[in-house]
Amino acid sequence: MMSRDLRRPDLGAIPGLAATWPEARTLELFRRLCEIRHFDLRVRRGQIEKDVDTLIYLSVGQESVAAGVSMAMRGSWLLGQHRGHSFYLAFDGRREPLVDELLGLPTGCCGGMGGSPPIHDIERRIVGHIGLIGDQVPVAAGIAMARPGERVVSVFGDGAAEEDYVLATLGMAASRKLPILFVCEDNDLSVLTPTRDRREWLLADVARGFGIEAVDIADDPWLVAHWAETLSDRLPAVMNVRTCRGLWHVGTGSDDNADWDRFALVRETLAELGLADKAAAIESETEKGVEELWTSRLRTRSAK
Amino acid sequence: MDLTVADTIREIIRGHIAENDGVVLGQCLSAVGWIQNTIPAQTEGLIELPMTDVAGAGMAVGMAVAGRRPIFVIRYQSFLWLNSSPIVNYAAKCKEIWGYSCPVFVRAIADEGNGLGPVHSNCYHSIFMHMPGLPVCAPMTPGEYRQIWDWYMTHDDPLFVSEHRRCFRSAEELPDIVSDRSVFTIYAASAARFTAREAVRMLAEQGIVCDLVNVLWLKPFELSERTLAPLRRTGKGLMLDSAYEVAGAARSIAYELMDATGARVRALGMADRSPGASRHLENGTPTPERIAAAVKEMLT
Ligand SMILES: Cc1ncc(C[n+]2csc(CCOP(=O)(O)OP(=O)(O)O)c2C)c(N)n1
Ligand SMILES: [Mg+2]
Repeated sequence: MMSRDLRRPDLGAIPGLAATWPEARTLELFRRLCEIRHFDLRVRRGQIEKDVDTLIYLSVGQESVAAGVSMAMRGSWLLGQHRGHSFYLAFDGRREPLVDELLGLPTGCCGGMGGSPPIHDIERRIVGHIGLIGDQVPVAAGIAMARPGERVVSVFGDGAAEEDYVLATLGMAASRKLPILFVCEDNDLSVLTPTRDRREWLLADVARGFGIEAVDIADDPWLVAHWAETLSDRLPAVMNVRTCRGLWHVGTGSDDNADWDRFALVRETLAELGLADKAAAIESETEKGVEELWTSRLRTRSAK
Repeated sequence: MDLTVADTIREIIRGHIAENDGVVLGQCLSAVGWIQNTIPAQTEGLIELPMTDVAGAGMAVGMAVAGRRPIFVIRYQSFLWLNSSPIVNYAAKCKEIWGYSCPVFVRAIADEGNGLGPVHSNCYHSIFMHMPGLPVCAPMTPGEYRQIWDWYMTHDDPLFVSEHRRCFRSAEELPDIVSDRSVFTIYAASAARFTAREAVRMLAEQGIVCDLVNVLWLKPFELSERTLAPLRRTGKGLMLDSAYEVAGAARSIAYELMDATGARVRALGMADRSPGASRHLENGTPTPERIAAAVKEMLT
């Protein structure tokens, strides 16, 4: 089927793109990617070790979408979905209130009310998600209408793309030329139901039908960043980004059956660029940074 | 082995598809354990809905108008806020306005705690009781489930079935507990049926004998000898429910009981705040301790 053919790691690839980037920018991109990965792996460990007992939705495997988009759109309004640590981090949401929320502390960004899904940092324009899938998308349009001239990033999943109100919002954004970058993190799954059991249409086609520019690409982070930047001047626009969820829908489990391993592919590209050593250093630095953050928050918690 | 509530639901659905040309609509029906094992593991008769949380209910309603007696499955009652309009405005008003019927069987599953947080940890059946044309029930045992299914199949109304995950693995029938020695009458619906039993046990140990009257039908509430006689005798009652107390099923039924008997009846449900994901912020079905305390307060 058409949408299955589109599930490949090189969908929309621009050959040689990474080599055109300045080294510093590539390393910054990789740093963001690593931080997300190590953060979510740390959350996972936190749950296994019973420090985190609320529901957690992890982005391991999908890191490059948030990292890539953030390279062009950091500072915009951000409305993510339940699986949102990645975009929160990439858009520079404050770390401590995030960890505290996952630990259920009153100093958490939602005072311990929500765990993963509703995390927010409103001072940095990162708006919370209430837990009903896709309903952040019309809210994004409301913000865009209320704040002319300010850009909004609206993130949702391939499941959410089917919600009535998500499709209606694309129509509204098209009619009013709202400066929204719609980013669909397309992991081909709604919980465990694959897209082919749910629909036959493609989000990019629907968006084009509304008159919105749309791309359908794989989650190569350079490619994601390239399109986020290109489209940022032509909003509204839709990016459907094919990616792979590395862990279960909720919690810490893993089926080890991802269609591809983006993190490994990124490492390969970095090696080809002669950046293997610098990349390895960034990996261990970010891992250490995340560990220090968690250790200090856990210490604060046990002191209470 | 005795069938659990989940087994019972699954077997009813299997039969409905095989024998009545029945159909089930819902999201993620087949994935992740077939909705707690309440859906038969088959493709026949199941319609996997995309994530259309507004249009999905409308589609179920259309199948009901066309005579397929659809079962519409809502995995968490929180999704009802999006799905409710076709149910309360179309299905429930069909007969009154057009004279034809729209018998959709709404399986609305409540759950609480487990880190579910401010939206999904909840039970929202009270708002559906508010609307005319829609009977509301909360079966918690295999026998009760068969009973409400038979009711549905012999009537042409839509039916709102407020299920609760807490009962899915239970095979127990929960008969009323009524005694001449009781000094107090407890009424309970939904998952409060389980905490109420525990409270009755706790109170009995302290020498306070209470009746426990089960509430299967929230709307219409059953005003009968079974429900009223114990209260007439004890003169004091408490109605328990898993949904919010303010403007909720418990208060509404407490009022009906008071009105019918003149006895004093209070209500206990979820406190008037959103449940938090973290354990210390949870808010759900009244606990046995809360129930026992409320009973003792009314007895002093
Ligand atoms: C309105 C609504 N309907 C259904 C659900 C149940 N649910 C939670 S997550 C999820 C899957 C969402 O899929 P997608 O948007 O692709 O996000 P992903 O989990 O893949 O990141 C579903 C169906 C919900 N939370 N809210
Ligand atoms: Mg998905």
